[in-house]
Amino acid sequence: MASVELKGIGKIYDGGVRAVEDVNLVIEDGEFVVLVGPSGCGKSTTLRMVAGLEDITEGDLSIDGHRVNEVAARDRDIAMVFQNYALYPHLDVRSNLSFGLERRRKKLGLSRDDIAKKVEATASNLGIENLLGRLPKQLSGGQRQRVAVGRALVRAPAVFLLDEPLSNLDARLRVETRAELRMLHRQLQATMLYVTHDQEEAMSLGDRMVVMHQGRVQQVGRPMDIYNQPANRFVAGFVGSPAMNFFEGEIKADGESVAFQTEAGSIIPLPSMEHRGSAVLGIRPECVELHTESLPGRLSAEVVAVERYGDRGDALVAIDGITGHVVVRSGAMDLPDEGQPVFVSVPLEHAHLFEPGDCGARLKSARSPN
Amino acid sequence: MSAARSARSSSYWWYVPMVIGSLAMLFPLWWMLALSLETEQRAGAALASGSPFDALPTYPQFGNYGQAMQEVGTTPWLGFIDALSNSIVVTVLVVIGTILSSSLVGTAFARIRFRGRQPTFLLMLATMMLPAQVTMIPLFILFRSLGWVDTLLPLIVPAFFGSAFHIFMYRQFIAQLPEALFEAARLDGCGWLETWWRIIMPLTRPVAAITAVFTFIFTWNDFMLPLIYLHSEDQATLAVALNAFRTQFGGLEDVHLLMALSVVTMIPCALLFMAAQKQFIEGLGSGAVKG
Repeated sequence: MASVELKGIGKIYDGGVRAVEDVNLVIEDGEFVVLVGPSGCGKSTTLRMVAGLEDITEGDLSIDGHRVNEVAARDRDIAMVFQNYALYPHLDVRSNLSFGLERRRKKLGLSRDDIAKKVEATASNLGIENLLGRLPKQLSGGQRQRVAVGRALVRAPAVFLLDEPLSNLDARLRVETRAELRMLHRQLQATMLYVTHDQEEAMSLGDRMVVMHQGRVQQVGRPMDIYNQPANRFVAGFVGSPAMNFFEGEIKADGESVAFQTEAGSIIPLPSMEHRGSAVLGIRPECVELHTESLPGRLSAEVVAVERYGDRGDALVAIDGITGHVVVRSGAMDLPDEGQPVFVSVPLEHAHLFEPGDCGARLKSARSPN
Repeated sequence: MSAARSARSSSYWWYVPMVIGSLAMLFPLWWMLALSLETEQRAGAALASGSPFDALPTYPQFGNYGQAMQEVGTTPWLGFIDALSNSIVVTVLVVIGTILSSSLVGTAFARIRFRGRQPTFLLMLATMMLPAQVTMIPLFILFRSLGWVDTLLPLIVPAFFGSAFHIFMYRQFIAQLPEALFEAARLDGCGWLETWWRIIMPLTRPVAAITAVFTFIFTWNDFMLPLIYLHSEDQATLAVALNAFRTQFGGLEDVHLLMALSVVTMIPCALLFMAAQKQFIEGLGSGAVKG
């Protein structure tokens, strides 16, 4: 096992297109780090640079303290699980698993028996020992995925790289396999770098997650820290489902008290803070409160649509004078009916304030001293 | 296209030109077979009268075949055995050489990014436009200076340097294989040569089959190159031997033997075509679509 360090890593393609800029990240030995972001954010390029499949145009990449920028992919002691699995179609599962070891047999000083034993052990660990004689085309999607993971596992590399390995599975299998990957990581204590566009997958899998956007790292941290303290408006909107609600407006002072005034003129009082002028207030759907009675500070609104998923549900609410809708999540039985007039309140302890703009930074307030 | 084809085949009118066309194509073949089984007098007479219907063999002379093979060259049987083994050696080696070299070069053009890849590829394609007659004399001078004239080498060695058409086919096929396979192979520790041998060669078997059939038929039947380079009787291939047989006996007297030998020469191609018919026709089709 090993640690991986990315120092100022950047990628500029031949045509001058910049894909990744100034990525700094230390993946500790045995850590499970997830790179997450929308498509085109540079997460896969970053992973492929670590793998050695793309040249690194800027910065230094070290594995276990050794700079490996110029080291060939096959000599980096890494294994990768590909999105489409990339199993060798002409080889049976056994040969797919042993392929990498066979190529390194002399270097590792392994006998054919050793390799056969390793293959058997990995297969039984993953519950695919009965598939060893089959060709990839005779396997289901889930079985192929296991073989792809097995092909990486059997080599016991210093670092595992996984490029959206679950995205070709159906929803149920994806959730099951997610839990298995998590258990596998705990069992192996292996260093893993995982790429996904699915923030839920990232949150549930990673010891830490790295949110990327437009080729840059937006925030690095433990999933719940990122969820509770998003560094900027992009992270706040990307992490969490349904996405955070945002209100454009201004922070104004009136004597001692500070308040957030929405574009429609509604006033939400704020704890004391320094920032004045235009800002964005964000609130997660599960933190918005709906009431039947009007009180000062509550915004009058109408329920436009309600979706119930059994235990919980979402209500789409139109607040008077504010463009767009606000999503409210709550227990399925607590949701109002469609068309019903309601009053919305925004509990301040759950509100997030950002500078204006798509990636506006988090504003320091009395509530969040960091 | 398939809709048009099914509409066409459902109309019986199309059978008329199709049957006429097929008969026209089959006629020389049938004539050859018929003459090869005739007696010397009847074959000569049929040919002289020019009427093919005189040549229906009433008493098939299967002995013609043995006699024909025996009379190739100056030593009984040996001439035929020499020619047959030369043809087999040349054809088999050319097939192997073409598959190995064309797949290797096709791999490079499809998968390895190198400076000048596109111009080199175009240059290679351009060689397909060059008529073989243009390069005949320079090549002869080259092989003569190597001392290869009257050996099988000028027929065999060029195959190990790739054939533009088959390189093109391989390139198209390999370019369609998923990139991740090659990346997986890289991470598994394969260099390009090993990736070619362990991943690309097994996955391009359909192309190899087409290449084998095309190359086999072309090389087996090739007359021009063996005629230019091979002079001695023991170096002749079947095509050259057949020609020598014709000039040796000339005239119309021995046409039945000539036809018998022609049938013998055709047998391997016919067998191969029947065995690989499906792949051969698919290959023609895929070549048409991809090309």
